[in-house]
Amino acid sequence: MIWRVLRQIGKAGCHSEPAPDIGAAAADETSRIQSEVLQILGQALCIRQIDAGSCNGCELEINALGNPYYNLEGLGIKFVASPRHADLLLVTGPVSRNMETALKRSFDATPEPKLVLVVGDCGCDGGIFGESYASCGRVSNVIPVDAVVPGCPPPPLEILRGILQAVRRRVPPSP
Amino acid sequence: MQVPGLTLEAVALAAPVPIWHAHLTAEEWLKAAAALRQAGGRLLALWAGAAELRDEPMDPARAVEALAAGAPACMCASYATLEGAFWLSVPLAQVEGQRVYPDLVPLFPVAMRMQRAAADLSRVQAQGASDTRPWLNHGAWPADYVPLQQGAGEPQAVAPTPLSDYPFVRVEGDGVHEIAVGPVHAGIIEPGHFRFSVVGEKVLRLEQRLGYTHKGIEQRMTQLPPLQAARLAGRVSGDSTVAYAWAYCMALESACGITVPERAAWLRALMLERERVANHLGDLGALGNDAAFAFGLAQFSRLRENWLRGSMTAFGHRLMMDCVAPGGVSTDLTREHCESQAQLCDALEAEVRTLFTIYEAHSGLQDRFLSTGRVTPALAARLGLTGLAGRASSQSWDLRCDQPWLPYSQLQVAMATHQGGDVAARVLVRFHELFESLRLIRQMLAELPPGPVKLEVRLPRDAARGAGWVEGWRGEIFVALELAGADQENRILRCHLHDPSWQNWPVLEHAIMGNIVPDFPLINKSFNLSYSGQDL
Repeated sequence: MIWRVLRQIGKAGCHSEPAPDIGAAAADETSRIQSEVLQILGQALCIRQIDAGSCNGCELEINALGNPYYNLEGLGIKFVASPRHADLLLVTGPVSRNMETALKRSFDATPEPKLVLVVGDCGCDGGIFGESYASCGRVSNVIPVDAVVPGCPPPPLEILRGILQAVRRRVPPSP
Repeated sequence: MQVPGLTLEAVALAAPVPIWHAHLTAEEWLKAAAALRQAGGRLLALWAGAAELRDEPMDPARAVEALAAGAPACMCASYATLEGAFWLSVPLAQVEGQRVYPDLVPLFPVAMRMQRAAADLSRVQAQGASDTRPWLNHGAWPADYVPLQQGAGEPQAVAPTPLSDYPFVRVEGDGVHEIAVGPVHAGIIEPGHFRFSVVGEKVLRLEQRLGYTHKGIEQRMTQLPPLQAARLAGRVSGDSTVAYAWAYCMALESACGITVPERAAWLRALMLERERVANHLGDLGALGNDAAFAFGLAQFSRLRENWLRGSMTAFGHRLMMDCVAPGGVSTDLTREHCESQAQLCDALEAEVRTLFTIYEAHSGLQDRFLSTGRVTPALAARLGLTGLAGRASSQSWDLRCDQPWLPYSQLQVAMATHQGGDVAARVLVRFHELFESLRLIRQMLAELPPGPVKLEVRLPRDAARGAGWVEGWRGEIFVALELAGADQENRILRCHLHDPSWQNWPVLEHAIMGNIVPDFPLINKSFNLSYSGQDL
């Protein structure tokens, strides 16, 4: 059995791709940001994902970030199980009224300094669901937001770029 | 078309799958339900319709007025039989100031949550129902606000009320305690609340509370022009975007009385099968991971990524959102696309075959899968378990085989079933469906008929009714659509979108009983139900 598993691993090979270019000219930008992540936040960037009412399309793409191509943990980024362990909240969906309280409580439970990154069109501006008796619309109507990644849903690479940009905003430029 | 032991004056809708509609009295409605149950039929969906859109004698303008005035709506149930689907409407009665209809729970237990949701959204009550707790309204809107009876015009401002306390059923006894989970879960999944009553590690009872992602989709539907509403339908549950978009478009096209070009129908099916493969790949990896076999997740998530990139190349969107559009499809495949897609299928199949033998032979994995979260065929039939999970418990229903419409009528889909009813069975059914879908995709790529891929949709002059019914990867998706006439700008009077998760969530409560708490994530994943799809 173990040989079959090892053979499959060997055959599949390594598929990790380099981290996305986040728009900076310097080629070593990513590694600089990675070291800044380490510098500012200590060991790594811990993310708590919160679905505040999405259609689950964004969740599929956030989950895809965990596949071997994107090498998320290799960048020092990991998803954690509780907002109390998180540096960054990754929020999706228009905020449904039924999730409003849970989202606020999760935000309050996240220790300072914290970042909020919104993923997907619905979280950015309410999307096709808008505001209604059941939807509060955009995430910033409920908790303060640091950065957004539009898209319906944004592909994993865009989400990763958004995470790096959100972290960078908090980091003073290196001299 | 007849139900055994019942005379119905049903009208066939112009959909590619057989769907009939009939108006019944309350007495006939109950009789029909009993006859359908007797004949082995299943309750597909239950919802409060628009203000009664009678073919005769009530004209749609009056229906709209009635709707605006908050007048009684009608109650609708749809049933699946091997002959097709029945959409049966019944007018509501006034009893002690409440608008009521006959309770269907004694015949179809699955009706319970749908009845509670209809009470929240349309303020209609099932007469004599035993459970009248709110389901979708957690206190977000006041009791005197009826979301689905707002009529046209400016939406009314709503003052949210504080979150209400939910009376969970308590299990009492020596050593019994509760574990509350959610709505924010530990993983990257949708929100919902699970209340476990346990003794030690053993689960005595699970009670779900859902509705957290309720975002008013059905009300929003009535505010969008019918052609644009396809986008919203494609966002009811993101993992089934093709299935929803197709079901909605089928409903709209049947209301308009048009038939999509042949090539469009084939491309839709191609996308639906691609969606099935993508989801099965994701689930098979996650199921391995939940049984501590991280290798499975790494391999399957890599394959899924390849597959999604293939969708991006061929259709321009990784999840194929908005690729199914009213009148056909929004993208066409070139010959090069077809070739590269076929190669992708071959490469994927070889890898999944290898992983299949590894999953099958891995004793540690099988030890976690076998006999875990078992739903016996008898229980599945009684509770109306549907779709993939149903087929893993001997419920041999698959719309692609039962009512093969174009192009399935030319593909002869082989249904995958299993009698085990446990996690292992649901894993096996996924593997078999995945292989079958790859075969279908290859055949469709080879035999794709030429021609246009889209037709202009001309909305009907008079008020019309349409329905769509599609076998998504999770199960069957049913869409019921009621359109106003051209004088009302063809606005959507009512659009109900039904997810198979309605049927399967309550069965999950039974599947976990007697299992241990650490097996819950595995059992839950083996069903992989949609929160957003049932919360709407």
